[in-house]
Amino acid sequence: MQMIRVGFIGLVMLALAVVPVVANAIDEPFYVSLFTRMLVLAIAASSLNLVLGYGGMVSFGHAAYLGLGSYVVGIGFYHAANDGMDWALNGWLHLALAVVIPGMAALLIGAISLRTRGVYFIMITLAFSQMLYYFFIGLERYGGDDGLSLWYLSDFGDVMDLNDDSQLYYLAYGLLVLVLFTLYRLVNSRFGMVVRGAKSNERRLMAVGFPTYRYRLVAFGISGAICGVAGFLMANQSEFVSTSEMHWVHSGDLIVMVVLGGMGTLFGPVLGAVGFLMLEQYLPELMEGVCHIIGGESCGIAGEYWKMVFGPLLILIVLFARGGIDGLLQGKVGRNV
Amino acid sequence: MSEALTIEGLVKQFGGLTATDHLSLSVTQGEVHAVIGPNGAGKTTLIGQLTGEITPDAGTIRFAGRDVTGLAVHRRSMLGLARSFQITNVLADFTARANVALAVQAHQGHSFRFWRKAATDPRLIGPAEEHLATVGLADRADVTASSLSHGEQRQLELAMALATRPAMLLLDEPMAGMGPEDSARMVEILKRLKGELTILLVEHDMDAVFALADRITVLVYGRAIATGAPEQIRNDPDVRAAYLGEETGDA
Amino acid sequence: MNWILLIEQTLNGLQLGLLLFLLAAGLTLVFGIMDLVNLAHGSLYMVGAYFAATFTAWTGSFVLAVVLTLPATLLVGAVVEIVCLRTLYDRDHLDQVLATFGLILFFNELVRLVWGPAGLSVPLPEFLSSSLELAPGLIYPSYRLAIIIASLLAAFFLYWLVARTRIGMLIRAGASNREMVGALGVNIRFLFTIVFGLGAALAGLAGLMAAPISTVEIGMGENVLILAFVVIVIGGIGSIRGAFVSALLIGLIDTVGRAFLPDVIGGFFDDEFADAAAPALASMSIYLLMAVILAFRPEGLFSARNG
Repeated sequence: MQMIRVGFIGLVMLALAVVPVVANAIDEPFYVSLFTRMLVLAIAASSLNLVLGYGGMVSFGHAAYLGLGSYVVGIGFYHAANDGMDWALNGWLHLALAVVIPGMAALLIGAISLRTRGVYFIMITLAFSQMLYYFFIGLERYGGDDGLSLWYLSDFGDVMDLNDDSQLYYLAYGLLVLVLFTLYRLVNSRFGMVVRGAKSNERRLMAVGFPTYRYRLVAFGISGAICGVAGFLMANQSEFVSTSEMHWVHSGDLIVMVVLGGMGTLFGPVLGAVGFLMLEQYLPELMEGVCHIIGGESCGIAGEYWKMVFGPLLILIVLFARGGIDGLLQGKVGRNV
Repeated sequence: MSEALTIEGLVKQFGGLTATDHLSLSVTQGEVHAVIGPNGAGKTTLIGQLTGEITPDAGTIRFAGRDVTGLAVHRRSMLGLARSFQITNVLADFTARANVALAVQAHQGHSFRFWRKAATDPRLIGPAEEHLATVGLADRADVTASSLSHGEQRQLELAMALATRPAMLLLDEPMAGMGPEDSARMVEILKRLKGELTILLVEHDMDAVFALADRITVLVYGRAIATGAPEQIRNDPDVRAAYLGEETGDA
Repeated sequence: MNWILLIEQTLNGLQLGLLLFLLAAGLTLVFGIMDLVNLAHGSLYMVGAYFAATFTAWTGSFVLAVVLTLPATLLVGAVVEIVCLRTLYDRDHLDQVLATFGLILFFNELVRLVWGPAGLSVPLPEFLSSSLELAPGLIYPSYRLAIIIASLLAAFFLYWLVARTRIGMLIRAGASNREMVGALGVNIRFLFTIVFGLGAALAGLAGLMAAPISTVEIGMGENVLILAFVVIVIGGIGSIRGAFVSALLIGLIDTVGRAFLPDVIGGFFDDEFADAAAPALASMSIYLLMAVILAFRPEGLFSARNG
């Protein structure tokens, strides 16, 4: 079973590595942007996995850090375009700020939220992300409700050109690999052991002498920072920055990706993000197709209302296959407790 | 003779119920001091206050010469006050080795070390395996804690407490739920620790208490009604009346 | 300062606060008694609004629509509880969050299927479409006054139900100690269904009252749900009294803040900055309030649990 799992994950990573080549060969550039989105969300879901899967903290506000990361790019662009501040378009600066600002925000929000437990924690992370959502809606200058269209992307000079979809794709791929490697080291380090131990039994950890609050807080901050990287990529991929990506429902999507792929496993969120976007992309067609096969009429409707299937499907996955895709690969059918 | 732990005038009330009633108690360096008492005597509340999970309403707790009454749980652990839990409380999804390694890690400075793998760090694994051997779990190191038997989990619990290199152990019913065989093994393990460590033992199993304790304090309704050597306690008429009479009857 | 405007905004704040209370009351009971995180509570608010739209169109009478909507949302709530939520009580919070998140997607699509993707509007009932002059110069729409009065009546009803009836006694007991109620031999499943249905009806009431003064559209419950969460966090989980106090607090701060913060900031900074920052800051105010309260009282203002 372990062989199948490693093989499958290796295959997915390998397949992701050649997407632009294949897409260009078959002349379907659309796939490059679809798969860039997958990589971006894989990074975001991986960041959430650090706190949710490894740390047991149900953060329902990670869309906010994604949004903050993308607004770094958006605001930089705005000042470069309108105030002639060319340096504000510097890609390295964007990347650095897209790590630092969401990371700091996560530390602040975490500092308050982590004082609470359970339901409170969920609701408070939710509320704070919604606060940032409304904050950016209120900032008319940077587009407010309408968002900002980016005419220029983050500028990396001669190193790379993000206007080239393939180059953007490989930047995302490289960053995903970097993030996964970092998370791998992190969760297996002394720090990671404390965070995972606190998920398993926080009271015990305090009793042997760990001030668990600060370890959880740092994990939360790191998670926010990594999620910011995803935001940076997302802005450059969609060439658009808006508050809608920060809406709390997207935080829910990220949680779904993590659980769908497999919580607390390194590659689970990657599988989850790929699976989620695949479902989103192909479930409508699939439903329409199934509808035709069983001889239904007006099958357009079936394709259009795919979320009615998606919602209950989600419920079923939650109730019966908590290990997610990664759990299935490990041969764990049913819940892994 | 120096005192390892001194409790003075400790009071804790829950609503109208007085769980700890002006309790004073001292544990001498190196002794095994047992606290016994009928159910509801306030033993668990006492342990909770000693570890810092429960804040007393009044009174002081001094440990290793300093006032620890208001200190947080993890800070007391750092000072060398280790505990085991009444209900088995280990990291269920970690291996026995990883459980103890975490406890070792807690006392090797801060854990903001983000890069090196902990599972192969000899500075963690070495001591962890030593402590597992001490409690007789050397050959069970790779087993997930939740797969250990109840008795083994209690032993693991003890190994975790030992791994924090404590000056004093607070053992909250270490024999709880054990069969006679497991109990006897635990008594053997604790006997070996006797002398090296100061131990405060809360226990129902009277055979174990009389086999291990240097001194015994009897708690009834949150008050200490007697303290003394096991023989003294055994013959104390107040104790017999209040408590031992019925307990020894069914033991 | 413009006193008329202040009174007007205060009334608006009161109205928003009371609507939030109706939403939060059911939610906090469900949290307190069933220990269940229900993200789909906003969907019941939405369903209430859609029911109101349909029933108004059918019967031609808003009052009749109210009479029909309340039992209808109660029924929807009870069905949801029996079919789906019942299996979630023993699950951890993450499972509950995910499953009820799935319910939101389901309800949104269901509504789209039944009512179509375009938003609906509900006309103001004829007899409430005018305005009243409350005081010289103070003219206030009578429908908004009606919302305030109806919500207060609902709040009193809830108070009576919880404080004075047998079922209320069980609800209170359940909020502070679940196991005890089970031990008393009460049919706990039935109690849960009743409580959930009641919460759904209250959410439906809020939705139907909001319908004529807002657009009835898919997803309308999603943002207001978060406000209800803030209410509960500030008020303390399981506490109806806490929900009432904090709902009013939030309604007032949000409304009055949005109306007056630009002036206040304009007094300290230049107009350009005030215009840019004030709306953003005003929309953050209630969340900052939540942060401050949590920093001092992580359990909220009124915690129903005493242990």
